Amino acid sequence: MTDSSRPSDHVDAPEPSTITQPRLGLVGYLRFFWRQLTSMRTALFLLLLLAIAAIPGSLVPQVSSDPNGVIQFKRENPGITPVLEFFQVFTTYSSVWFSAIYLLLFVSLIGCVIPRTRHHFDALRARPPKTPARLSRLEGYTERTADADAATAIDTARALLRKQGYRTELYSSSPGQAPDSVSAERGYLRETGNLVFHSALIGVLVAVGLGGGFGYTGQRVVVEGDAFVNSLSSYDSFNPGRFLDETSLAPFSIALDSFVPVYETDYASNSIGMALDYTANVTTTEGSGEPQQATVKVNFPLNIGGTEVYLLGNGYAPVVTVRDPDGEVIFSQPTAFLPQDANLFSVGVIKLPDGLAEQVGIRALFYPSAVALDSGALASSFPDLLNPVLTMEVFTGDLGLDNGTGTNAYALATDSLTEIAGRTADDPTIQLALGDSIELPNGLGSIEFTEVPRFVSFDVHHDPALPWIFTFAVLVVAGLVTSLFIPRRRVWVKAVTGTDGSVTLEYAALARGDDPTLERAVNAIADEHAQRLAVRVGS
Amino acid sequence: MNTTLEAFSLLMAVSAIAVYALAFIIFAVELGQRVAPAEPAVAAVAPQRVGQLATAVITPVAPPVTALPATSRWGRVGLALTVIGWVLNTVAVVTRGIAGGRVPWANMYEFALTGIAIIVGVFLAVQFWKRLAFLGVFVTGFALLALVLATVNFYVAVVPLPPALQSVWIVVHVFVAILGTAFFGIGAALSVVQLLQARRAAAGGAGLTFLQSLPGADVLENLAYRLNVIGFVFWTFTLIFGAIWAERAWGRYWGWDTKEVWTFIIWTIFAGYIHARATRGWRGSRSAWLGIIGFAAVLFNFTIVNLFFKGLHAYSGL
Repeated sequence: MTDSSRPSDHVDAPEPSTITQPRLGLVGYLRFFWRQLTSMRTALFLLLLLAIAAIPGSLVPQVSSDPNGVIQFKRENPGITPVLEFFQVFTTYSSVWFSAIYLLLFVSLIGCVIPRTRHHFDALRARPPKTPARLSRLEGYTERTADADAATAIDTARALLRKQGYRTELYSSSPGQAPDSVSAERGYLRETGNLVFHSALIGVLVAVGLGGGFGYTGQRVVVEGDAFVNSLSSYDSFNPGRFLDETSLAPFSIALDSFVPVYETDYASNSIGMALDYTANVTTTEGSGEPQQATVKVNFPLNIGGTEVYLLGNGYAPVVTVRDPDGEVIFSQPTAFLPQDANLFSVGVIKLPDGLAEQVGIRALFYPSAVALDSGALASSFPDLLNPVLTMEVFTGDLGLDNGTGTNAYALATDSLTEIAGRTADDPTIQLALGDSIELPNGLGSIEFTEVPRFVSFDVHHDPALPWIFTFAVLVVAGLVTSLFIPRRRVWVKAVTGTDGSVTLEYAALARGDDPTLERAVNAIADEHAQRLAVRVGS
Repeated sequence: MNTTLEAFSLLMAVSAIAVYALAFIIFAVELGQRVAPAEPAVAAVAPQRVGQLATAVITPVAPPVTALPATSRWGRVGLALTVIGWVLNTVAVVTRGIAGGRVPWANMYEFALTGIAIIVGVFLAVQFWKRLAFLGVFVTGFALLALVLATVNFYVAVVPLPPALQSVWIVVHVFVAILGTAFFGIGAALSVVQLLQARRAAAGGAGLTFLQSLPGADVLENLAYRLNVIGFVFWTFTLIFGAIWAERAWGRYWGWDTKEVWTFIIWTIFAGYIHARATRGWRGSRSAWLGIIGFAAVLFNFTIVNLFFKGLHAYSGL
């Protein structure tokens, strides 16, 4: 009645014997460790260990999901940082110890699934087991008297059980006699589901692990009116998968025609200024095809060339026009500013290495709807462009762009620079409304706040494993539901002919796994059997 | 119109609190008055098992109490009050949804309001399947506490959905998460009673009097298991739907965001719970503890992780 294929400590496995074992050889030890690894207790232990091991990664920022948080955490907690780094806590979910736990868990799982699959395969082709001698000791045992003879009763029972999806087999209690009992089993799908569930989990793991290696993600900031092509060099940042052929990127380009946000403008509402909708209107060109209009929205990525394009961020990219003392334009282009709050108060850095008498760096603040606070400082009161104001602190000196090392476009190292307009300079911070212009100090030239286009940041993802992961996830659910809710049971019906020739029918069942409705099922079978017999005898 | 509805919804929520409080008191008093059944439980069980055509019934050797107790008069009053509280709660949910013109589970207050309605709803629905009125004290107590905390601490005015939440997946993903929570919650309540019952059995029957009228630890364990298993299926859907939505909204199906981590932890704990039930030596109190720890993790995920952990699921509205 038990499965020898199950782990030795499964509740349905036979009780362990207490016989003293002989000394183990090398093979014996290996077998012993394998048995330990594939035991239920180990699987349970590893599952709970995995749950606990996942906790630290939720307490400490992770490089993968929150790189800036990691930098900030390290700055604020210098004492504990080396310890956390040693234990790879900032990359918990790819750390050696976390990987070890889930890999062991999956090895244990595979070691469990393979023998069970083999066993189940045999069980699927095996005949239902011989009827036990004493049914009265089993679950749901019930008796009925029958008017029919034993052969008719058993034949009817077999037909009934077959109709209910049982696999049946007739047995006789003494050799050479006519069959006097039917043995039936159903619910093979329960074990099938269980095996499918566990195998599909392995499938998910493999698809995630391998499939991700063939994909890539790229990020790109695009200002209204600009375009980018899907190639390595045009991304601001690019993360190729391990096995990616970098020449295989789908050939397409995307131009951002306009970005249209919708904000709550009803002053009576509780949500003034809240974003209600973001729409990026784009023109896409695939290969040498015709340009096509499309939109990208949050929750509605654009699919192009087997690649998904997501709208993840947006902000303002003010255009300033700088002229030299002769009135010659030396700079006129948008600069993406980083939004700082819900009303899109933003900061940005403009670098002018060439064209003026000195190199000029500008640290700028942008207020789409500027209001003056009581302190005199500016703030933005609404995310849309109701009163756009740009303030600028201007520095001169060596911007450090010429020495060949990369610099952060969003930061200005002012240590070696001289402030010529701003808090520490003779001239005040420059403040411009849209369309205004002003002379720069020291006769350097002039600067104009020309226009304010918006920018969006697109995330471009290609993951060929997605359909595989999805398929395995569906199998996980299908397997789980069948393995939990399809009862696997054996039912026996036995006809006992008494000395006076009367026939007593015995019914009993055996649950295999959790089966709350077993007794009810046996009773229902007995009732229906009686009805069928009555019909058959009567006719 | 909308602000009126919003105020009406809050009024209904507060009324629900009052009725849940009454129901809780009645359930508690009812439990306190319980005594052991006069007849041995086996005798009371046997007649139920007689089939229409049976000629003989053999009653298996059973633990002292295997059947669920009939609901007493006060128990029925408690249930009736719970139904009224649930109706008020549900009206609060529906009017909140109408006021917002969207599903009423976009911030912590709404999630709690809807979640409690569904937990109580599942509890009431389960009564048709098994008479579990003795759980009323746990369920109404929980509903009362949670609704008070949510109304006092989490209340926010109705605001529209930000673009990140404008998806059909908010309906599906969050709803199955609430359903999973409801089943885990009632499973955990059963596990608590199971532990009390097991302790009483270990102490030779001494302990809280009302336990004598309740089913034995084995029966409670089986009931808890069936509810937790349903909860586990819902939780699996929560994970998968969440991954699909994350792929749509954030461009990746899994990124170890704090909320994702805790959803994974909860899934793993309940996977452990199901395995524990099939592991020799882990049935009984040990697996009950796992179920309770799992539900505690669900509550932790909803409260502490939402409020204090940094992550992408920053929709508390606070």
